[in-house]
Amino acid sequence: MTDTVIQTEKLTKIFGSFTAVDAITFDVKKGEIFGFLGANGAGKTTAMRMLCGLSVPSGGEATVAGFSVKNQAEQIKHSIGYMSQKFSLYEDLTVYENIRFFAGIYGIERKTIRARSSEMLQRLGLGDQRNTLVGSLPLGWKQKLAFSVAIFHSPRIVFLDEPTGGVDPVTRRQFWDLIYEASDNGITVFVTTHYMDEAEYCNRISMMVDGAIKALDTPANLKSQFQANDMDEVFYRLARRAKRKSY
Amino acid sequence: MKHVTLEGISKSYDSTKAVDEVHFNVEQGELFGLIGPDGAGKTTLFRILTTLILPDAGRAFVNGHHVVKDYKKIRKEVGYMPGKFSLYQDLTVEENLSFFASIFNTTIRENYELVKDIYVQIEPFKDRRAGKLSGGMKQKLALCCALIHRPVVLFLDEPTTGVDAVSRREFWEMLKSLKKQGITILVSTPYMDEADLCEKIALIQSGNIMTVDTPERIVSDFPDPVYAVQSDNMSRLLRELRGSDQVKSANAFGEFHHITFSGGTESMDRFLKGLREPMLIKSISPTIEDCFIHLMAAHD
Repeated sequence: MTDTVIQTEKLTKIFGSFTAVDAITFDVKKGEIFGFLGANGAGKTTAMRMLCGLSVPSGGEATVAGFSVKNQAEQIKHSIGYMSQKFSLYEDLTVYENIRFFAGIYGIERKTIRARSSEMLQRLGLGDQRNTLVGSLPLGWKQKLAFSVAIFHSPRIVFLDEPTGGVDPVTRRQFWDLIYEASDNGITVFVTTHYMDEAEYCNRISMMVDGAIKALDTPANLKSQFQANDMDEVFYRLARRAKRKSY
Repeated sequence: MKHVTLEGISKSYDSTKAVDEVHFNVEQGELFGLIGPDGAGKTTLFRILTTLILPDAGRAFVNGHHVVKDYKKIRKEVGYMPGKFSLYQDLTVEENLSFFASIFNTTIRENYELVKDIYVQIEPFKDRRAGKLSGGMKQKLALCCALIHRPVVLFLDEPTTGVDAVSRREFWEMLKSLKKQGITILVSTPYMDEADLCEKIALIQSGNIMTVDTPERIVSDFPDPVYAVQSDNMSRLLRELRGSDQVKSANAFGEFHHITFSGGTESMDRFLKGLREPMLIKSISPTIEDCFIHLMAAHD
């Protein structure tokens, strides 16, 4: 199984007497768009933090890009990209300064950064905005730029935490075009969203309830399994059963 | 009776026009939704109506009071729940609520009936500091604090942003029961699927109101018949649709693409004849999101 990029085996995180993530086991394949869904407080963020090498599991095991989350966290960080709606780019740096900063952190040479960034900005239609402060860009452009910066160092996997929150419907769709493009280029996409229509764009979806994965399949199979018309209904049926309220 | 009126309201920050000559009315007791993405101007409008900032041009009235001249009266009569959590993190649940009640010269007991249904859900945690509550609990407390002086108009700025689908439904149920108590509610949201839960909506983008009407009428005003299509390879299908002269618009909508044709059924026949792969097609009624995308293109 050389093309499995994320593999977890009973991955668990316990805070005191609270089991935030309860023995989750799943695989994600190379180039797959994997939707990671669940209600607020279901344990998504904790699980994602472990997969990104930011939090040490209390039990179980996971490998990300072939590295163990237990003792190879630094190698994992080099192999992944991350973007969320809340943290993406520095508003008071220009477009190019942001690219140079983030690419520099990942150890990419100046010369390469220069060449690749011009090509990237052309493709995004941001060729003229190279020296514009990111803070003055419209939100939609910022999000598209943030995604491109997150995959600038050609990571094996990119983690997207609610990347399209609050974005207008046209830009939201353009953003998904970028996701498909990245996936076609072999980058694995691990994405959370509150938009249930976006869940349909994923190859497979996992649904977390009370720290455990309660369903995992393609959108079509999940809908037939739960005899639901759309993903919204699947989500509602599963999440409603949650016993844990995030008090 | 009109409870909220905006007449040509404009506001700029430096050279950026946040809202541009906005007009609309909200009737007494109405549940009115302001729907648009981040940066559309929703918060600016709410801050003008709650007298927290001044408009550059135009006039607006809330419950008959002018937002600039009568700002003190408005502040007594409206409730405002900002998008960002704005309660005192180091006061307990109960302390926050009694603080907001006392600011308005009232007590929790006096208006308990109004907040009861919501407050009972957080009452078991009344001694917990607000900063230690979960997102859903914070939201419920904020709503109680905005209601505790029995406002006549309630402004809710993106109450469901970042909230999961189940909690969102719960929140809308709460709004429905508040509406029954006769409170006029203005609520903003970036989620287009919440439009149908409002009696009337304004679609806002880049500081402009693109349309104001009931959700039903906005949908029935959509100019073209809409079809949902599906095939085995959805991204290839979308490229093919976008490359065809017969197709006027094609947008991904979950498991289907929604399309319109440029020349009615004739275009549709021609397109279907030229198809290389099998495609499922069915006639549907457009969603508010279809309308929003259409209006965005028309306004560009």
